[in-house]
Amino acid sequence: MSFEISIGPQHPIHVEPLMLRLSVEGELIVDVDVDVSYIHRGIEKALEARPYIQGLYLVERICGICNAAHSLCYCLNVEQLLGKEAPPRAKYLRIVVEELSRIHSHLLWLGHYFHTLGFETLFMYFWRDRERIMDMLELITGNRVTTSYNTIGGVRRDLTPEAEQRLRRTLDYIEERMRYYEKVIDSEPTILARTQGVGILKPSDAVRLGVVGPHLRASGVKHDVRLDDPYSGHDEIPFNVITWDTCDCYARVKVRIREVYESVNMIRYALDHMPSGDYRLKIPPFFKAPPGESLSRVEAPRGELVHYSISDGGDRPYRYKVRTPTLANLLSVVEMLRSRDGYEVYIADVPAILGGIDPCICCSARVMVTDEARRRRTIMTLEDVIKISRERGAKRR
Amino acid sequence: MGLVEKLVKKCRARSPWILLFDTGACNACDIEIAACLTPRYDVERFGVLARGSPRHADILVVTGPVTRQARDRLIRIYEQMPEPKYVVAAGTCATSGGVYWGCYNTYPSLDSVIPVHAYVSGCPVKPEAILKAISILVEKIEKGEV
Repeated sequence: MSFEISIGPQHPIHVEPLMLRLSVEGELIVDVDVDVSYIHRGIEKALEARPYIQGLYLVERICGICNAAHSLCYCLNVEQLLGKEAPPRAKYLRIVVEELSRIHSHLLWLGHYFHTLGFETLFMYFWRDRERIMDMLELITGNRVTTSYNTIGGVRRDLTPEAEQRLRRTLDYIEERMRYYEKVIDSEPTILARTQGVGILKPSDAVRLGVVGPHLRASGVKHDVRLDDPYSGHDEIPFNVITWDTCDCYARVKVRIREVYESVNMIRYALDHMPSGDYRLKIPPFFKAPPGESLSRVEAPRGELVHYSISDGGDRPYRYKVRTPTLANLLSVVEMLRSRDGYEVYIADVPAILGGIDPCICCSARVMVTDEARRRRTIMTLEDVIKISRERGAKRR
Repeated sequence: MGLVEKLVKKCRARSPWILLFDTGACNACDIEIAACLTPRYDVERFGVLARGSPRHADILVVTGPVTRQARDRLIRIYEQMPEPKYVVAAGTCATSGGVYWGCYNTYPSLDSVIPVHAYVSGCPVKPEAILKAISILVEKIEKGEV
């Protein structure tokens, strides 16, 4: 007998509404349907009605967590239309803020992920350390989350020597803490039981489904826009592309932890080799872009982010298209949640698998179980789902 | 007002449990509200707990502009909350539509959909601002002003 379970679209901690409809047989999941329409605001259409400089603020608010990546991608796109390039110092400053925001996003994800697995202490630890990064973002850019740092033709502020000193001290602190957390994660049987062998995505499937970012690298595929298509002076800064070949949720945790080290080293290199000179070009606030089209790619914390625009020679885009990494990764959730020959997925693994793609959208708040044959409905709360999830962890151990 | 009622009112003000609902926000306000629960801001010292179910919550914190798709769900969640219930509009989008003003798929503000008791401005809201809003609201609940 097949049951249908709806998950979402509301969840207590950090949410974008997402509706998952799972078909289950017993505890096994056999089919999945994803609905992401709850968040649709019509940003692409709104961009067509705003001058380029106003679009910058709208684009930043597509996603609050990867706002630095979105604004960078937009600026690169418009600069490409105008045929201009940011000065070298601006490029390095953009990398500093981009990588800081990557660290903040990865720490946020790690904390939230262990929260869904029931490891509250690590959640608090990660978010405590994340506050140090937020302080640095506030010091450098002037705001904690939505930074508005990138602007068309460069960045909005220069980096002061005092800020640089504090930034270096924070990086040392974060690196030391991450080494500790990596040790904790590798030696904690609960985490290993809940993540190893769960949510396996084979490299061939990952490539076929167009998966991007840390999620793809955790399937052992070496792909990173910063390496393949350096967009902001990334060809001058040495870094390693982290991959892991176990293809499960454990790999996703490891890849993100190792990426924090890489980001720390990239920021240090950028600070050491910071070019002198201007940090932005003089571009008037309202301008007309020549007719044409342009495409820009940025490696956002969650993966490859693509912006595409068409200009008809006016002061606003004729068409603007955004492809976010989570949309690319959601297809793989369907693949990972579907039980097949020899690969079994249980309801208790849903938070671990869905959380594993760093979805921006984690909803397991109100689960409604529908028994279609008997027309009976039971509503489960988040606590119930987490309880099932934790019981399962205890059994596996 | 009887003694029992006074006691209930006092107790209610000491444990305002909140429910967070994102009606179309960009996540920035959501992560700032989540940051309130973590060690730096630690909203739990005021008795605030984040709940998963609307039936457990006293205060509904709404972030983001209300999208057409999320509107019915928001009203359903609001109706599921037990009385007395309070609503906080967190962030400029929930207060007045913010940067999404004029988008074809959003409502102009949260108070055009459900009644609102407190507005917190900021894009995104700062954790300190949320703490202040909740403490003011709690004070008013205790005095019986809302």
